[in-house]
Amino acid sequence: MEIAFYVLAVSAILSALAVVFAKSPVYSVLWLILTFFTIAGQYVLLNAQFLAAVHVIVYAGAIMVLFLFVIMLLNLNIATEPVKPVYMRAYEIVGGCVLCLTMVAAIHTSSFEFTPVNAYDNSIGTIEKLGVTLYNNYIFIFEVSSLLFLAAMIGAVILAKKGDI
Amino acid sequence: MRLTNRYKVVSDKKMTFAEKLYLPAIATGLGITIRHFFKQKVTISYPEVKREYAPVFRGRHVLKRDENGAERCTACGLCALACPAEAITMLAAERKRGEEQLYREEKYAEKYEINMLRCIFCGLCEEACPKEAIFLTDTHVTAEFHRDDFIYGKKQLVEPVDNRIDVSKRGKPSGRL
Amino acid sequence: MLPYIVFKLILVLVILGLTLLIATYSTYAERKIAAFMQDRLGPDRAGKFGLLQPIADAVKFFTKEDFIPAGADRVLFTLAPAIAMSTALMASVVIPFGNSLILNGMEFPLQVANLNIGVLYISGVVSIGVYGIMLGGWASNNKYSLLGSIRAASQMISYEIGMGIAMVAIIMMSGSMSLHDIVQQQAGPIWKWNIFVQPLGFIIFCTCAFAECNRTPFDLPECEQELVGGYHTEYSSMKLGLFLFAEYVNMFVSSALMSAMYFGGYNIPWIEHLNLPHNVETALGSAFFFIKIFFFIAFFMFIRWTIPRFRYDQLMHLGWRILMPLAIVNMLLTGIILLLIQ
Repeated sequence: MEIAFYVLAVSAILSALAVVFAKSPVYSVLWLILTFFTIAGQYVLLNAQFLAAVHVIVYAGAIMVLFLFVIMLLNLNIATEPVKPVYMRAYEIVGGCVLCLTMVAAIHTSSFEFTPVNAYDNSIGTIEKLGVTLYNNYIFIFEVSSLLFLAAMIGAVILAKKGDI
Repeated sequence: MRLTNRYKVVSDKKMTFAEKLYLPAIATGLGITIRHFFKQKVTISYPEVKREYAPVFRGRHVLKRDENGAERCTACGLCALACPAEAITMLAAERKRGEEQLYREEKYAEKYEINMLRCIFCGLCEEACPKEAIFLTDTHVTAEFHRDDFIYGKKQLVEPVDNRIDVSKRGKPSGRL
Repeated sequence: MLPYIVFKLILVLVILGLTLLIATYSTYAERKIAAFMQDRLGPDRAGKFGLLQPIADAVKFFTKEDFIPAGADRVLFTLAPAIAMSTALMASVVIPFGNSLILNGMEFPLQVANLNIGVLYISGVVSIGVYGIMLGGWASNNKYSLLGSIRAASQMISYEIGMGIAMVAIIMMSGSMSLHDIVQQQAGPIWKWNIFVQPLGFIIFCTCAFAECNRTPFDLPECEQELVGGYHTEYSSMKLGLFLFAEYVNMFVSSALMSAMYFGGYNIPWIEHLNLPHNVETALGSAFFFIKIFFFIAFFMFIRWTIPRFRYDQLMHLGWRILMPLAIVNMLLTGIILLLIQ
């Protein structure tokens, strides 16, 4: 299990790096899909098969397909990439630094004391457990996030219809 | 005027609910295809089973010889005149002494060419011939690599003496218009 | 533990072999059925009744020139058919091909992996399968291929939703995502089969399965009249073979899924009254399961040669405005009825 974790973790980091360094956006998306798979593998190691499956279906299977879709339609490649002006570069660097700072701060302030969980307890990541937790402890957040999705859907419909409504 | 009984009036009317469901239509369609599934097949497995030609089939031409083996054609040019595709050309020549065994009439075709790319196999040459010299047989004009090879001369057209081509089944096409 | 692992290995090999064999002979069956429906004879030269035709096809595929177009992305062009084929094969892992065999007092289930998320696993694998087609179409650097792959992707995403919601209704009824449990609950008399409880769900699922397999009437990703060959226009040799083959494997898997989820899987109605030995019952059940699979494969083919292709807007209309609302209504009704029964 330890070995599986390390293999998955290393490949997750490597493929995530490949996402950033890949020349072609299509390859970036493919590396990102691989990253999602390794994360799904981590879920399986934590006995959360449901999360793993949903992760694959939603992220790798649906969202990334749409990403790939858009990239293919736009036919982005190195030749058509516009030359960015200097101030854009500056923004990018500042934004990246801020993100880095936030992450470092987050890691700095969080404590690394793990509460041991019996990873071999089969019922830990089952749908029943997840459902009970979601609908008891996190019902408000769950409903609010579903409202958020609804808002996004309506927004997409309005954008697509443009003036017809 | 109604040409067949299988016509259908095309209309743009709104579909009923049952038609909109689409599933009954699928069932009907499946019924038709499944009925065809068990029908007698029309395929003929060619090399093993061969389909008979119709008696009026018109294939490549043959220039007949008479019972003594002399060529019947007298180069009158009626076939060339009758040919709607103008596929036939010929060159007439006078029969020399001692050639009676080769040519039946005093005048014969020294050159007789049919351009098989022009020919439409209508059979009018056959009808026009007063000497029963040209017939269309049930063999085919084969494929060639060059266009020139489709111009058949006497070499290809005149039937060999020792290998006569039977056209008796076709007979004289006098009954036809 | 060891006999268990050995048994699993044998089972994996047998199922892989069976899947490939059935897919191979599906190509033959398709050609025969198409021919018979059109009053023809179909392939009958290779072997008796043309039974060796699939082998001849395979030999032809392997010996043809393996060509990669100049503008193509070589890596993805090669990777795409492999993805299509392997994802198609992966789905059969969770299908219960039979109950269990008891040998030497040990129970060996005839299912490679009884995942507790079996149904989700299937939709996950199916949603990954679209990458094979998408990458193949894009990597070919051909506009027809690209159009085909884009069509495939949007079609698969659209119909996955209806399919998923139709499956949710089944999951609600059985209270489990494991295909083994779903099949087990349909044991007994014939009216326990889900088709009698979920007829609407079955119609939705079946239609979506056709769309997911890119079969006529939804074979827009590869329609010849508009897109030459669709996403596999530029493919040749065994790469093309893998694409075509993946379609048949997908068809086999969907047929197996349909018979497992809606037609009782390996359960023979009323068989428990015969008091047969367990292993015999399992063997008979597996045979019955395969008969049902063959029936559905034949159904796929009959539909293909009967119904003309949908137009693209009709396809999207059907998927989003008819099947998805219907599936949601079906799910709601199932939930309400389940609550009332409780």
